[in-house]
Amino acid sequence: MTVHTTTSHACETCPLGTNAQLIRLGINVEGWNYVVALAGNPNTGKSTVFNALTGLRQHTGNWPGKTVTRAEGGFLYQDERFKLVDLPGTYSLLSSSLDEEVARDFILFGQPDVTVIVVDATRLERNLNLVLQILEITDRVVVCLNLVDEAERHGMTVDDRALARDLGVPVIPTVARRGEGIPELLAAIHEVASGAYKARPHRINNHNPALAQAIDTLAAQIEARFEGLPNARWVAMRLLDGDERILEAVRSGELGILARGAQPVGSALQQEAA
Amino acid sequence: METRTLDTLSRHQTAVVTALHSDGAERRRMMDLGIVPGTAIRVEMVSPLGDPVAYLVRGSVVALRREQAAKIEITLQPAEETQP
Ligand SMILES: Nc1nc2c(ncn2[C@@H]2O[C@H](COP(=O)(O)OP(=O)(O)O)[C@@H](O)[C@H]2O)c(=O)[nH]1
Ligand SMILES: [Mg+2]
Repeated sequence: MTVHTTTSHACETCPLGTNAQLIRLGINVEGWNYVVALAGNPNTGKSTVFNALTGLRQHTGNWPGKTVTRAEGGFLYQDERFKLVDLPGTYSLLSSSLDEEVARDFILFGQPDVTVIVVDATRLERNLNLVLQILEITDRVVVCLNLVDEAERHGMTVDDRALARDLGVPVIPTVARRGEGIPELLAAIHEVASGAYKARPHRINNHNPALAQAIDTLAAQIEARFEGLPNARWVAMRLLDGDERILEAVRSGELGILARGAQPVGSALQQEAA
Repeated sequence: METRTLDTLSRHQTAVVTALHSDGAERRRMMDLGIVPGTAIRVEMVSPLGDPVAYLVRGSVVALRREQAAKIEITLQPAEETQP
């Protein structure tokens, strides 16, 4: 299924609209150049963005049983093929309900070229928890500041430029349901994917020397045991924090499956449970 | 300043979190929801049976069971600082 789009929502600054360069590829993800993950709290509009970019019809709205495993779709933009992965909603990389694990595993170990974090402009403070956690592990991030119509309705204006400056990554205001901001979002995804955008991600640097040394030691052991595993330092920190789930994944060798790029831990479990 | 736990907070009262007495995954969860010392919290809605209770935290509504709320220590905010 290939849908050639016309410019249904003109971009204010460019009369022709950059959206004209988007070709939705539906389920076709063959020969992709870049993988883009869609992360964010539940109900922020991830699936709406996914549908806008791929032309697919992932279920949207608040009903039980929506995105519990990841959905994949493709789009073509500026002659590059993108594979887009719609993830279940999650408040944190640290908590561990099954669907949250699917999201966590992909963000941490799926090695996406870009992670788009869709945030709810009306609940920004809570949404920033996940943003800051993801910025700790990758600088290839675009923040999609969605639901700005809702925010306006409640008399709120979010200073997206100040937010972008503070976070050190692009922040694109959108009303995904109406397609507003999608051309700008695409441009930002492309810039981050191609490396044209130089991020300066906000990071928290309050590690004490003893902790830093413990993390170094443990991370080296994890890297030796699970060759090619991304984010070994993150795993080390979870072990030091006593995270039972991660401890079990290390002990059982389950973590190695992630390093080899197979189905993440969570989705394997999810399928069992389904 | 009176110190008590969140489960004793009544409708439309606002309090500030002073300590979390839960641990492990539950403590993690509370922190992920933005419930940390210093956070303002208010009762938004009480379910018919009084459990769970919906709280307003950092602009979002969060439902907590009584036993979870009982592990969150709060101080009452002075009346003039209570949000409308
Ligand atoms: N008002 C408004 N609603 C939106 C916007 N984007 C998405 N929605 C709606 O928000 C709800 C949740 O969206 P969905 O894409 O399922 O969120 P997800 O849980 O993050 O995948 C749906 O009813 C969407 O139609 C937006 O920008 N403005
Ligand atoms: Mg969804």
